[in-house]
Amino acid sequence: MSDGGLIETDALIIGAGPCGIFAVFQLGLLDIKAHVVDILDKVGGQCAELYPEKPIYDIPGLPMVTGQGLTDALMEQIKPFGAQFHLNRRIDVIEKQADGRYKVVTDDGQPFLTKVVVVAAGGGSFTPKRPPLAGIEAFEGKSVFYSVRRMEDFRDKDVMVVGGGDSALDWTLNLQPIARSLTLVHRRDEFRGAPHSVEQMRALVAAGKVNLVIGQMGAIEGADGQMTGVVLKTKDGDSRHAVNRLLPFFGLTMKLGPIADWGLNLHENLIAVDTEKFETSTPGIFAIGDINWYPGKLKLILSGFHEAALMAQAAHKIVYPGKKLLFQYTTSSSSLQKKLGVS
Amino acid sequence: MAKITFVQPDGTQQTVEGDNGMTVMETAKKNLIAGIEAECGGACACATCHVFVDEGWLDKTGKPQQMEEDMLDFAFDVRPNSRLSCQIKVTDALDGLIVRVPEKQF
Repeated sequence: MSDGGLIETDALIIGAGPCGIFAVFQLGLLDIKAHVVDILDKVGGQCAELYPEKPIYDIPGLPMVTGQGLTDALMEQIKPFGAQFHLNRRIDVIEKQADGRYKVVTDDGQPFLTKVVVVAAGGGSFTPKRPPLAGIEAFEGKSVFYSVRRMEDFRDKDVMVVGGGDSALDWTLNLQPIARSLTLVHRRDEFRGAPHSVEQMRALVAAGKVNLVIGQMGAIEGADGQMTGVVLKTKDGDSRHAVNRLLPFFGLTMKLGPIADWGLNLHENLIAVDTEKFETSTPGIFAIGDINWYPGKLKLILSGFHEAALMAQAAHKIVYPGKKLLFQYTTSSSSLQKKLGVS
Repeated sequence: MAKITFVQPDGTQQTVEGDNGMTVMETAKKNLIAGIEAECGGACACATCHVFVDEGWLDKTGKPQQMEEDMLDFAFDVRPNSRLSCQIKVTDALDGLIVRVPEKQF
């Protein structure tokens, strides 16, 4: 959770995927300090969330690297710049201030004051997948939850957990002792979660403490957000279960989210930028990586790296107005090498 | 080369040509078939290219491997003929393949 104190910074980077991380490097070489915010609980963005173990073959100089390998290497590369990462947070609000800076606030109320904003949000915010059941929206936040913020909300409730991974198993094990009843639903009698959790769950089922149903969700029943039951489709036909709390765990999907509300010009749900500075329609707000659009755009990590480098040049003009920027190479510049801690 | 027919939930059919070595998902995206989202771009990491393989073709397409079966846990309305279309490679043997696009990709 946020401690609420205002954080002042040169640059605020939204998104800790490869482009967001590399932006720390490019900004850092130009003495621009950055904070990075990401909605996931880890850095790496899609590389870490969608394909940590999949090989990537088109990073210049790396014939083969995994999503996690690239993330780890980038984090090593930006170490000298000491950027602070704020994970598990989504940026909800960006407001221009009278002094030209931007006030940026996270979903849990952490405020930042920054000279430039770098949107490196990839495909948008990772958000829990919503089961496509009729009318489910009306139950969300009242009877249907995609995460457990307070366990007390589930005390003495008839809880249904749906899914076959670690989230579903962990919450089955954690909520079973306080719930009035707990039903675990999965489409097949095979679970992807940690073997120890599967064992514990099986023991609770054997002891009659967890009701395991092999099936899929068919419909939600109830009114005014108060759920009274869920209809499950099983191989023996439909079965109705009287539950009043539903926790579906079907992974994450990417949604544009609050980015659409920041007043930036969009092109088919992507942020339109120029190709000199990768600046949006709002001066001081840049967009790099998969989230941006310009004629000829390619959604490649290497393109995002290039965009980060040019963005940093433009950001320097805003952060250090009037200061001349001397273009230098890391191979030969002693001042850059000092910043990198290698000289 | 194989002709592949995509059937939408409303019954609309589109028959397109897939090149050997491409996946059914890539063939769908190339031909702008509605309802195949393929959010992860073919990494078997999102389950948004879910299709139902026509029963007559199940022998030819084969069964999902373990990773695909695990990923199908993230799809909606999974049936015995459910597949992720990014995991079906086009071959001459699939000429005439019929797949149905689900109503929702979650």
